[in-house]
Amino acid sequence: MADPLQVEVVAADRLVWEGEATNVIVRTTEGDIGILPRHEALLAGLVPSACEIVTTDGSRQVVAIDGGFLAVNENRVSIMTQFASLSEEVTPEQAQRELDRFERLKEAGEMTEDDLHRYHLATAQMKLIAKENGIRAH
Amino acid sequence: MASSLREIRERRRSVQATKKITRAMELIASSRIVKAQAAANAAVPYTRELTRALSAVATYSDAEHPLTTSVDNPTRAAVLVITSDRGLAGAYSASAIKTAEQLITRLRERGVEVELYLAGRKGIGYFTFRKRAIAQAWDGFSESPSYANAREIADALLAKFLQPTEEGGVDELHIVGTRFKSMLVQQPSVLRLLPIEIVQGVHALEPGEIVPHYTFEPDPQTVLDQLLPLYVANRVHFMLLQSAASEVASRQRAMKAATDNAQQLIEGLTRDENQARQAQITQEISEIVGGADALNQSA
Repeated sequence: MADPLQVEVVAADRLVWEGEATNVIVRTTEGDIGILPRHEALLAGLVPSACEIVTTDGSRQVVAIDGGFLAVNENRVSIMTQFASLSEEVTPEQAQRELDRFERLKEAGEMTEDDLHRYHLATAQMKLIAKENGIRAH
Repeated sequence: MASSLREIRERRRSVQATKKITRAMELIASSRIVKAQAAANAAVPYTRELTRALSAVATYSDAEHPLTTSVDNPTRAAVLVITSDRGLAGAYSASAIKTAEQLITRLRERGVEVELYLAGRKGIGYFTFRKRAIAQAWDGFSESPSYANAREIADALLAKFLQPTEEGGVDELHIVGTRFKSMLVQQPSVLRLLPIEIVQGVHALEPGEIVPHYTFEPDPQTVLDQLLPLYVANRVHFMLLQSAASEVASRQRAMKAATDNAQQLIEGLTRDENQARQAQITQEISEIVGGADALNQSA
């Protein structure tokens, strides 16, 4: 097998996750894309979603992101996003509460630029939870 | 003499109380430095990846963007000055403001009008007192700035930059902050943020090496459009974090100096106090002896 990918997920104020992986699945503005080792150099815009990283030991790491970028170069994958949260940092109740709060703000039309990003993160967290549940069901 | 002894004692007590306060502030500041430095370091990976991605777009595509194109004859510039919210941090705010004033003078000499943007209450106080026009000001986060604070500032500045000059937009954007070099050295510095000067090329290509073929999704232009505002917000965040660490370090040093000074004062005052007390006792004894002598003689 080819050398594993070196993956880094970075948010604006911290390094969220880093490690080796065999497959990275993210949603770009054009649709879902899977990155396998030796992928060609790529720079893509991302949409709010839950990205999935299959690590070298076969386990899955799911990260909710609020958008951002994916950069692939010489087996190095970096996902840059302003806000991100790991699956183990999110509970369904909390995510739902956040989502409800921002939806209320959105309806009231009082959303700031910053709130919009957090709203995106909240929707991504919901997707993350759905994905996690899907993985567990298998 | 007796009143002087009391005065000295009062002064010593007051200096002692001051020392306790400055000592407490020094300890608080030293515990916060660690946190401020950790925050500054935690933002490094994002900065590194963003810069790398940006230079990849610049190197492997020929996309152009208004944020990177400089105007031949700039007429207006925005200056963001980062100072602290609270005082008692030595020369921290004063030297940032001094650097800003120098920059403003330089810009004016080039015939560039300056618009002031301020972060931190000290700067706001300084410029309001001198009745200078302030375009916009933020405060309340100088010691622990979050990314959201940085975004807020960056969004306001970007909107101003993208406005045509005729409608009151600016051609250039400078940030004056303080760089944290070490615990002992913090340096006020000026960063020209916009238009962005992108460092071309991550590494020089060896002869015969194949230029990596970069794919951009959806296309280079869109990627650049989305990347640049993030880069600007990141630079602002970086400067805020550096300034925050500098502020705390500066405060720690100032408070240490104040504590040392207070200690010296206390030592001097204690000496004076003992001397005054001794003089008083000596005087009393000589008065008693004198009185006894007078009685003996009269007897």
